[in-house]
Amino acid sequence: MAPLTDVEVNELDQKAAAIRATIIEMLVAAGSGHTAGPLGMADIFAALYFRVLNHDPKNPDWAQRDRLILSNGHIVPVRYAAMAHAGYFPVEECLTLRKFGSRLQGHPERTRLPGLETTSGPLGSGLSQAAGMAYAARMNGEKNHIYCAMSDGEHDAGNIWEAVLWAGANKLSNLTGIIDRNNIQIDGYTESIMPLEPLREKYESFGWHVLEIDGHNVAQFVAACEEAKAIYEKPTLILAHTIPGKGIREIEGDYRWHGKPPTKEEAGVFLNELRTLQGKIASEHQ
Amino acid sequence: MKLKENIFTKPETAATRDGFGTGLVEAGERDVNVVALSADLTESTRVEAFKKKFPERFVEVGVAEQNLAALASGFAAYGKVPFMTSYASFNPGRNNEQIRTTISLNQANVKVCGMHAGVSVGPDGATHQALEDIALMRVQPNMTVINPCDAEEARKATLAAAAFVGPVYLRFGREKTAVMTTSETPFEIGKANVLWKSEAPAVAIFATGSLVYNALSAAKILEGKGIQASVVNIHTIKPLDREAIVREAHAAGAVVTVEEHQIAGGLGSAIAEVLAAECPVPIEFIGMHDEFGQSGTPDELIKHYKMDAESIVAAAEKVMQRKKI
Repeated sequence: MAPLTDVEVNELDQKAAAIRATIIEMLVAAGSGHTAGPLGMADIFAALYFRVLNHDPKNPDWAQRDRLILSNGHIVPVRYAAMAHAGYFPVEECLTLRKFGSRLQGHPERTRLPGLETTSGPLGSGLSQAAGMAYAARMNGEKNHIYCAMSDGEHDAGNIWEAVLWAGANKLSNLTGIIDRNNIQIDGYTESIMPLEPLREKYESFGWHVLEIDGHNVAQFVAACEEAKAIYEKPTLILAHTIPGKGIREIEGDYRWHGKPPTKEEAGVFLNELRTLQGKIASEHQ
Repeated sequence: MKLKENIFTKPETAATRDGFGTGLVEAGERDVNVVALSADLTESTRVEAFKKKFPERFVEVGVAEQNLAALASGFAAYGKVPFMTSYASFNPGRNNEQIRTTISLNQANVKVCGMHAGVSVGPDGATHQALEDIALMRVQPNMTVINPCDAEEARKATLAAAAFVGPVYLRFGREKTAVMTTSETPFEIGKANVLWKSEAPAVAIFATGSLVYNALSAAKILEGKGIQASVVNIHTIKPLDREAIVREAHAAGAVVTVEEHQIAGGLGSAIAEVLAAECPVPIEFIGMHDEFGQSGTPDELIKHYKMDAESIVAAAEKVMQRKKI
C-alpha cells in the first residue's frame, strides 16, 4: 500500500485530537483513572481504528475481523474513545466510564461491551491470548491479523516473556505486538524501576522482527503495520516510542500522571490546549 | 447405578488420568475444535494418545503454566475447545490469576485439567501434591468443578466437559485406583450419584474423587456392624447437587465428608455451607486438616492422613454419637 498522503495524515491527526479530548472528558467525569498512557497512545489508536484494522463497528462479532487485544487494560479510555468515534457506540456513553452499571468498566470486560476482544487489567497476559488467537486463526486458515497493544512496564512480568518465546518459536507471522514505550510506570521511570533495555535486542533474540517508530507519527505506524504483514515466518514487534501525556504540555513525560485523572479546572486548560493543537490554531470553542 | 460386580473382592484398577486420556481422544473424534495444550508433561498427563491421533491439534507450551492459561483463552476466543493440562499444583496452582481474569471472568470455553492431585501422588512429596486446587477453582464465578471417582467416570467427565460450553476444572489423580462405575453408570454434570443405599441410613457419606471407593468400603464395614449408611459420589463440586445432599443428610441426620484435599474450601466446606443453611446436622470431615503432605507410598499416605476405610468408619461412628447428644 502506498504511504499515507498529507491529507490522510492530517485526518488521522485530527481523529487523534478528538480521541484525546474525549479521554480528558471521560476521566474528569469518572473522577479516577489513568491519564498519561491513554493520551500517549491516542495517535496509534486513531491509526488502528481509522486505517489499519479491518473491522466493522456495526458488526463487532464479524468473524473475519482483525483482532486487537489490549494487554495493559488500564489505558482502556483510549480504546473506548477510539471505538466511540469509530461508531461502536455513541460518544456520549464515554462519560459513563467507571460508573455503576456502565458497559465501560474501569478495566475492559469482554462480556460487557461488544468489540472488546478480551478482559484485561492484570498485566502481562495479553500477548499470550493474542498468540493463542493467532495460532488458532492459522489453524483455521484465516487471513486476518492479530494485534496486541502492550505497555513497557508490564514487561517486568514473566508471563509476557513466556508468550514472546512461544510466539517466536511458533513463527506467528499473523501476530503484531505494539509496545507503548513511554518509559514510565507507577513507581517511576522504567529504567530505574526495572531496566528493560536492550528491549529491541531481547525481542529479536526471541525470534521476532522488530520495527522502531515514533509513536506519534501515524504515517510511520501505518507503514510499520504494512511491513509487519509482509514479514514471513516471524511475529513482528512495533516498538513505538511515545511521550506519556502527549498533546498536553503540562503533563508530557511526567510519570506522576500515570494513575490520576485531571481536575475539572485542569481539564478546561487541557481541552483548550488540545482544541488549539497546543496554541497553533484557534479553537472553535473559544 | 449399574456399578461393576466384585468391586470389593477383585477390583479392577486404573488411574483417573488414564480415563481422561481415553476421553480426550473420544472428545477429539466427536469435535474437530477440541485442542490439547501441554506444559511439558504430555506423557504423565496422558495427552500422549491425543497427540498421536491428532498431531495438528496438539500444542506444546513448555514449562509455562501462566502462558498455558492465557493461550488457552485465546484459542477459545477462536471457537476452539482447549483442554489445558499440567499438574494441579501448577494448573490451577501457579496460574490462578490468569484463569480468573482470562478464563472465568472472561467466560472463555476452556477446560482446566489438573493431574496428580492429592496426597496419593506419593513419593514426589508435598510440592507436587495439590491439596487446594478445588478451593481455588470453586471460588471463581462461572467455573464448574468436577472430580471424577474412577477412570471410567473420568472418561465420561472429559466428554461431558467437552460438550459443556463454559469454563470447567477437571481434577485427576496419578495412582491406579478401583474402577467402580461402568459405561452404563449415569454421569451428568451437577447430578450426584447415590452409590450405596440403605432403608434407614444412620449416616450419609459424601465423597469425591477416588476416595469414593474407600467410602463404599466403609459402608460395607458399617453394614457388617449393623449400621446402615448411604454413600453419595459428589463428582461435581460446583454446581453442587443441593437437592440430593439435603435429602440424604435429612434422611440420615449425620454426615461424613470425604476428600483428598484441604477441608478448608473443599468438598467439606461446600457441603457444610449447604447444610448449615438448609439442614443443620452434625458433620465429620475426612481430608487434610491444614497441613501439607509428604513423601511415601500412596497407601501409607492415605492411611497416615486418615482417609482410609477404617478412618471413615470411625468418623461415621463418631458423628452418629454426636447426633444422639
